[in-house]
Amino acid sequence: MSIEKKTATELLSLNRFNVDEEVPHIVLDKNICAGCVEKPCLLVCPAVLYKLDKNGEISFDYAGCLECGTCRIMCKNKGIVKWEYPRGTFGVSFRQG
Amino acid sequence: MSEADKMDVIIIGAGPAGIACAYILAQAGKEVLVIERAETPGAKNVTGGRLYTYALEMVDKGLTEEAVLERKITHEQIMILSQDKAISIDYHDPSFNREGQVPQSYSILRAQFDEWFAAKAEEIGAMVACGVKVDDLIEKDGKIIGVVAGEDEMYADVVIAADGVNSFMAQKAGLIKDISAHQVGVGIKEVIELPPDTIQERFNLKPDEGAARMILGCTEGIHGGGFLYTNRESISLGCVLMPEEAAAHGKSVHEIFQDLKMHPAIYPLIAGGESIEYGAHLVSEEGYRGIPQKIYREGFLMIGDAAGFVINTGYSIRGIDLAIVSGVAAARAVLNTSASDQVGPAYLQELKNIELLPTMQAVDGYADLLAIPRIYSSYPRIAVGVFERLFTVNGQKPNSLIKNTKEVIKSNGVSMWQLFKDVLRGYKSI
Repeated sequence: MSIEKKTATELLSLNRFNVDEEVPHIVLDKNICAGCVEKPCLLVCPAVLYKLDKNGEISFDYAGCLECGTCRIMCKNKGIVKWEYPRGTFGVSFRQG
Repeated sequence: MSEADKMDVIIIGAGPAGIACAYILAQAGKEVLVIERAETPGAKNVTGGRLYTYALEMVDKGLTEEAVLERKITHEQIMILSQDKAISIDYHDPSFNREGQVPQSYSILRAQFDEWFAAKAEEIGAMVACGVKVDDLIEKDGKIIGVVAGEDEMYADVVIAADGVNSFMAQKAGLIKDISAHQVGVGIKEVIELPPDTIQERFNLKPDEGAARMILGCTEGIHGGGFLYTNRESISLGCVLMPEEAAAHGKSVHEIFQDLKMHPAIYPLIAGGESIEYGAHLVSEEGYRGIPQKIYREGFLMIGDAAGFVINTGYSIRGIDLAIVSGVAAARAVLNTSASDQVGPAYLQELKNIELLPTMQAVDGYADLLAIPRIYSSYPRIAVGVFERLFTVNGQKPNSLIKNTKEVIKSNGVSMWQLFKDVLRGYKSI
């Protein structure tokens, strides 16, 4: 692969993740999200994990989370009802950092 | 663990702050346990980044020589971008790296550095428990006496929060509220692998030398900037953006960064390389004024990013050295006091003695300078515009530099009065 503009998905595939399939570390209340006009999460997540599906609803997958916390602090209407670090050993493992 | 067989100190987080603290405590014979949620120290961390070595030498003389570091920084660079144009400044100062002296700073990669540093602390007797997330603090009679991790409870005379910018531990201790968006920037970084020879050619470096570069005008007007550090076999390229402004700007932070990567003045530096990692992390942007009112309570101290110890002057960003120094200050406070209610005040005093707080206070004004929005939008355009006219030769009679400059300022929508006010504000700030 040469240097080029990459999608977030391509970039995330470079990282090592150990996804916690049992306990999601971020949980949304999509009813609250549906009422949120600004939806800053769509723009501020470096991993672009917040997307709009074809019905205009927020779709979110915590699996590629870089654990930066930007979505939590930018969440306007508190649709993010849970934001914790993943349980020990789970989540992203940077090999460079 | 029962309350009877408690540790002297429990440190939450095996980053540079926590490990520096543990190292000194263990060296003095204290029983210290560092708890880290990552599988290995450093695996949850992202830096720009560089380490100023004075801090490491403060922990133990000679540590720098053993440390897992990348390149000693011999070239301090500033780059101003506008559209497809660029101004580059390259400051080379051999006195930062004299023969026989410890070089002033090194580029680093945290996964490697933190793991090495934690292993050093273990060698001298600290315990480091990885893959364990601390969920809560234990409080008794108004004093923090331990931590909860899953099913386990662990006790200590002092609990030290070294859990980084998102300090949930400081929140649980009631010393801070959740961070608000204007206090932080979001840092995004790609590590791009390149052969050492290529890096040396492109940055005019000898084999062990490195460059550190701050980039202005690459954030589409958003408060923030870019950075580039040369590692031994890779380049760390990234940017920091204020998330509130990014959201208002209407373009994904990922997209803004990808465009920076492809800028005609940046791309040739990384061309032919291979991206090997994509990371992101919050960075405290407020400096001295962002330090919480209280950074301790009985049985509990905050160090490093958890306490907001970051300096951003625009031309350099310091966090890791301050983290280490605060860890040293906390360790000294623990070692020099016997009454538990005296540890906190002693820590605050150590932070002053060690010149951390005075240093941060001295550069506090930079936050006012960097709050001028035009620094990220019209001023880089003006600087580049002036250079463009300066270097344009087309056979026509040139205007005077003053006239050119005035025209460029005006064409970028800035009045002379506004410029004067900003210069005055900048002058007062720094």
